[in-house]
Amino acid sequence: MTLELIFFLILSLIAISTALGMLFSRNAVYSALFLVLNFVTVAVFYLLLGAPFIAMAQVTVYAGAIMVLFLFVIMLLGAESLPEPRVLPWQRPLAGVLAAALAIEATFIFLTRARPVGDVLPPAGSANDPGTLVELGTTLFRDYLLPFEVTSVLLLVAMVGAIVLIRKEKRVHG
Amino acid sequence: MVPINYYIILSAILFTIGALGVLVRRNALIIFMSVELMLNAANLAMVAFSSVIKSFSGQIFAFFVIAVAAAEVAVGLALIVEIFKARHSIDVDQMSSLKG
Repeated sequence: MTLELIFFLILSLIAISTALGMLFSRNAVYSALFLVLNFVTVAVFYLLLGAPFIAMAQVTVYAGAIMVLFLFVIMLLGAESLPEPRVLPWQRPLAGVLAAALAIEATFIFLTRARPVGDVLPPAGSANDPGTLVELGTTLFRDYLLPFEVTSVLLLVAMVGAIVLIRKEKRVHG
Repeated sequence: MVPINYYIILSAILFTIGALGVLVRRNALIIFMSVELMLNAANLAMVAFSSVIKSFSGQIFAFFVIAVAAAEVAVGLALIVEIFKARHSIDVDQMSSLKG
């Protein structure tokens, strides 16, 4: 039981409990805040895995931009705690059974068939060693340049799409 | 050091919680957050694999997934706002007709 393993177990406990808190909160604002905590925990996992760039992107994009957008929409709509009528009484138990089956299947297949081997070693240098970041940037802009450019077009299309959807139709009623 | 299996199991658990959220909750916003949780779980698995095989491809793929998630959230939340304006509800059980 190394120190890193203990750290991992505590962090995964936090990650799972915040995910469950997101799932079972009655208030949508609490759900969003639990999800922010979950995203930050996953960012710490990325640091443990030696991926500081992804960790920072996770914090700024997910925990920062995306969740703030969610909170804006929740408060804009006043959708903090909407009633959730039970239309289908068998839905909850069935969903629980299906989810348990999915968890067991995914874990079982990964552990038996894919047989991933190896340990995640702590990163060789310190987390803010510029060497890995330079290497990551070189890979991104040399081998993955076209996907990167396509991503910019995707973001532009998403922006235009959001504006078109939200825009008020002025000529509906003459 | 942490065996890669632990990361995979954690990723599977987080993905399952997200899938359970999509199945159980009726609030469209919570369902959307659950989808984000599933994307995040997949990212965690990819970065873990990338760290084991000592290659940056997994990390870069996770980066692209984050960008796609940002685009998805912008359009999806715009749709949810429009649906709320039209029906004053974001209960997914009531979104049953194609013509608003």
